[in-house]
Amino acid sequence: MSLTLSASVIVQGVLTGLVYGLMALGLSVIFGIVRVVNFAHGEFAVLAMYIAYLLFFWLKLDPFLAALPIAALFFGVGYLLQRALINSFVARAEHDQFILMVGLAIVLVNGCLMIFGPEARHAELSYSLDSWLAGPLIIDAVRVYAAIGSLVVALMLLAFFRLTDTGTAIRACADNRLAAAIVGLDTRRLYALTFGLGLACVGAAGAMQTAIIDPNPSLAPGMTLLAFTVVIVGGLGSLIGALFAGILIGVAEALSSLVMAPSMKSLASFAVLVLVLVLRPQGLFGKGG
Amino acid sequence: MLSIRNLSVFYGDAQALDNVSLDVPAGSITAIVGANGAGKTTLIRTIAGMLSAASGEISYKERIITGLPGHQVCDLGIGQVAEGRQVFPTLTVEENLAMGAMLPRARASRKRNLERVYTMFPRLSERRRQNAGTMSGGEQQMLAIGRCLMGEPELIMFDEPSLGLSPALVSDMLATIGSLSQSGLTCILVEQNVAQSLKLSAYAYVLENGRIVLSGSGAAVLGDDRVRQAYLGL
Amino acid sequence: MHPTLHRLLGQLDRRQRLAFLGLVGALILGPAFLDRYLMSIMILVFWYAAVGQAWNIMMGFCGQLSLGHCLYSGIGGYVAALLWVNYGIPPWLAAVPAMGIACACGIVIGWLAFRYDIGGVYFALLTIAFAEMARIAFDNWAGGGGAAGLFIPLIPAADAGLWTLSGGPLQFYYLMLGLAITSFVAAAALRASRLGHEWLAIREEPEAARALGIDIYRAKLAAIIVSAAITSLAGVFYAFYQRNLFPSDAFDVSRSIIMIMGPIVGGLGTLMGPVIGALILTPLGQILIALTERLVGHAVPGASLLAYGALLMVIISTNANGVWPGLSRRLGLAPRALR
Ligand SMILES: Nc1ncnc2c1ncn2[C@@H]1O[C@H](COP(=O)(O)OP(=O)(O)OP(=O)(O)O)[C@@H](O)[C@H]1O
Ligand SMILES: [Mg+2]
Repeated sequence: MSLTLSASVIVQGVLTGLVYGLMALGLSVIFGIVRVVNFAHGEFAVLAMYIAYLLFFWLKLDPFLAALPIAALFFGVGYLLQRALINSFVARAEHDQFILMVGLAIVLVNGCLMIFGPEARHAELSYSLDSWLAGPLIIDAVRVYAAIGSLVVALMLLAFFRLTDTGTAIRACADNRLAAAIVGLDTRRLYALTFGLGLACVGAAGAMQTAIIDPNPSLAPGMTLLAFTVVIVGGLGSLIGALFAGILIGVAEALSSLVMAPSMKSLASFAVLVLVLVLRPQGLFGKGG
Repeated sequence: MLSIRNLSVFYGDAQALDNVSLDVPAGSITAIVGANGAGKTTLIRTIAGMLSAASGEISYKERIITGLPGHQVCDLGIGQVAEGRQVFPTLTVEENLAMGAMLPRARASRKRNLERVYTMFPRLSERRRQNAGTMSGGEQQMLAIGRCLMGEPELIMFDEPSLGLSPALVSDMLATIGSLSQSGLTCILVEQNVAQSLKLSAYAYVLENGRIVLSGSGAAVLGDDRVRQAYLGL
Repeated sequence: MHPTLHRLLGQLDRRQRLAFLGLVGALILGPAFLDRYLMSIMILVFWYAAVGQAWNIMMGFCGQLSLGHCLYSGIGGYVAALLWVNYGIPPWLAAVPAMGIACACGIVIGWLAFRYDIGGVYFALLTIAFAEMARIAFDNWAGGGGAAGLFIPLIPAADAGLWTLSGGPLQFYYLMLGLAITSFVAAAALRASRLGHEWLAIREEPEAARALGIDIYRAKLAAIIVSAAITSLAGVFYAFYQRNLFPSDAFDVSRSIIMIMGPIVGGLGTLMGPVIGALILTPLGQILIALTERLVGHAVPGASLLAYGALLMVIISTNANGVWPGLSRRLGLAPRALR
C-alpha cells in the first residue's frame, strides 16, 4: 500500500470527519445543554437527506444550497418539538427520555420508509464524480464542499455561543441550571432554541451528505450511533471536541476500510470509543476526571 | 411592597411551608430567621417563582404574582442572591454579570449598571476575564451580588450571603447589604448570623418547621427570650 | 415446592396469590384455546417477558442502562447453534458454554465500565458498541455463516424432540413459558436477597451505598452476569425456535431496543413490569401489522411500525412510571412482593 494512497485516504477521512463533526455537534449541543439524548438524531439526518433529495428532484436545487433552508426548517421543528413535547421530559428519568426519542426515531424512519420505500435515492449532481489532483493526492470535489460547508456552519455555531448574549445564556444554562433560573433566564425558551440549533446542525449536515451518500432509511440507526460515539469521544459539552473527534473517527474509519473490508469500518470507530471510555472516560476534550 | 398570605408549599408529600403570612415593607431590611430546614430557602424560591405554591397568595406592589414563571418574576424587579452563591463557573466574571442583565427591564441600562457594579466591587473589575469558578468564596459572593444588581432589582432576597466567609468578610458583607438598603433597595435577609442581621433589620420573622412563630421589629425579636435561647445560645 | 418459591408466594396476600396463580394457570391451559398464530405470538410474549426480566435486573434493580442486550442473546444463540450444527452437541449441553461465553462478554464490559464508574449514557453506548462489534465480527466470519446467516437444519419428525429443541409450537410454547416463569422467580428471589438490596441501594443512592461498605463493583458485575446468563439462555431457545440466525438481525440495535421497551413500558424495577410490557407491546406490534394490511389491503412497509412508534410516545407520555404501578393499584393488587 503506497504512501500516497494512504495520504489520499487520510484526507478523505478528514473531509468526511468534518461532516460527522457537524452532525455530532448538533447532538452534543442538545445533550450538553438540554441533557436529553436525541436518539432520533440519525433519523433526523436521514429526513434532511430526503428533503434535500426532493428539493433537488423537483427544483434542481443544489444540496449545498438546500442546506440553508433545511437548517432553518429543522431549527423550527426542533424549537417546536422541545416546547411541545420534550420539555415535559427534561426532568424525567433517562430511560423515559430514551423511550420517547426511540418512539420518535421509529416514527421518523418509518415515515421515510413509507414515503420513499426501502431503496436508496440518488441525486445526480453534475459534479458528483469530479475530483481534484492536489500534488499526488486525489480528492473528491463533493467531499471538499461538504467539509467546507460543515466547517462554516460549525464555526458560525461556535461564534454564536461565544459572542452573542443568547449564546452565552445557553452556555450559562448548561453551566448551572439553578443559577440560570435564579438570574431569571427563560430556560424553557433557551432549551427550545438549543434543540432547534441542534437539529439545524443535523439538518445542514444531512443535506450536504446527500451529495455523497444516497439517502436510505436504513442509514439512520448507524448515524445516530456514529454521532453519539463522536460526542463521547470528543467529550460531552465540548463543541471543539465534537469537531476533532469527528475528524478522528472519520480518519479511523477511512484507514480501517483501506486495510480491512469496508464493511468493517465502523469497527474502527467503536475501537476508538472503547479506548477513550476506558482511558479517558470524560472524552478527549472533556473536563474533569 | 411584598406581601404573602397563607402560603403553603410541598415537596411531594412533605410540607415545607405551612400557612406562612408576612409583609416586607419597602426601603428596609426584613430578616427571616430559622433553624436548618425551617423552610427559608423554600420561601425565597417560592417568591421567585421557582417553586409553585399549593395554596396562598404572593403579591408584589399590589399585583398578585403567585404562579408567574420565574423569569417574569425577576423582570418585575425581584432579584435573588441565592444560597451557595450559584455563579456560572465556566463563564467569565463579565459574562456572569451580563447574564444578570438579560432581563428586559435591565437590557438598556446594562453598560451603566456594569460600571456601577465595578465601582462598588473593584475586585470584580480586576478579574473580569477570569472564570467565575476559579475565584475565592468571597469574590464569588461579590459576583453573585453584582450579578443580581445587574438586573436592576427593587427587592433583593439574600439567602445566607455570609455562608462560608471569614468573620471579617461577614461584616463587610452585612455592611454592603446595609448600604444597599440605605440607597433605597428593599431587602429580605436570611442569615445564620442572627444577632448581626437582626440589628440591621427593621422587621424580622422567625420560621420554625415551615411556620411563622414570631414576628416583630428587629430589636424586639432580638430581645425575645425564645430567640435568645434558640439562636443565640444565651 | 421449592423453598424460595414458597417464601415468595408466602409474601403475597390471598388476592395477589389468586391473581398470580390464575394467570399462570390460564397460560398453562392456553394452548387448548389458541390457534397456531396466537400461539406464535404468545411464544414471543414469553420470550420478551424473560429477556425483559433479565434486562430489568440490570436496569430496574441496579440502575445500569444496557442498550446492547442483543449481544448476549445473539452470542447464546450462535454458540449453541454452531455447536449443534458442527459437532452435534445438543442445545441443552451447548447452553452451558453459550451462557459461559455470554457471561464472559458481560464481565469484560462490566470490567471496562464499572472499574471507572462509567454509568448512564456512557455505559449505554459502551454496551451498544460491543453489540455492534459482535455484529460486524459475525458478519465477516465465514465459519459462523457470515452475513448470509446460519441455519439449523430441520430434523425428521420421528427424531424431533425436546432434547434437540426441534419440536413444534406446543413444545416451544411451554419451553418459553417455563423460561419466563423461571426468570420471574429468579428475579423475585434475587430482589429479595442481600444482593438485591445492594442493587437497590446502588440504584437509589450510590454514594450512600458506598458509605455502607457495599462493594459496588462486585454487585454491578453480579448484575451483568446474571442478566447475561438469562438472556443468553433465552437466546439459545430463540435460535432453535427460529432455526436461523443472521448477524444483522441477532445483533441489531433494534433487537436490544425491543427487549428493553417491555420493562420500561410495563414498569421499570417491578417484577410484573416486564410481563405486562411484553403482553402489551408484542401483540400491539402484531395487531398493527394486521390492521394496516386490513385497512390498505396489502402490506405497507413502515406503516405499522410508524403507528407503533407513535403509540410508544403516547404510552410513555401518559404513564410516568410505566403501566403496572398504576394498574396494580387499580386492580387492588398493590405492591409487596409482586410489585
Ligand atoms: N428539593 C427538595 N425535595 C424535598 N424536600 C426538600 C427539598 N428542598 C428542601 N426540602 C425540605 O424542605 C424543608 C425546608 O428546606 P429549606 O431548604 O427551605 O430549609 P432552610 O430553612 O433553607 O434550611 P438551611 O438553613 O439549611 O438552608 C427541609 O425539611 C428540607 O429537607
Ligand atoms: Mg436554606
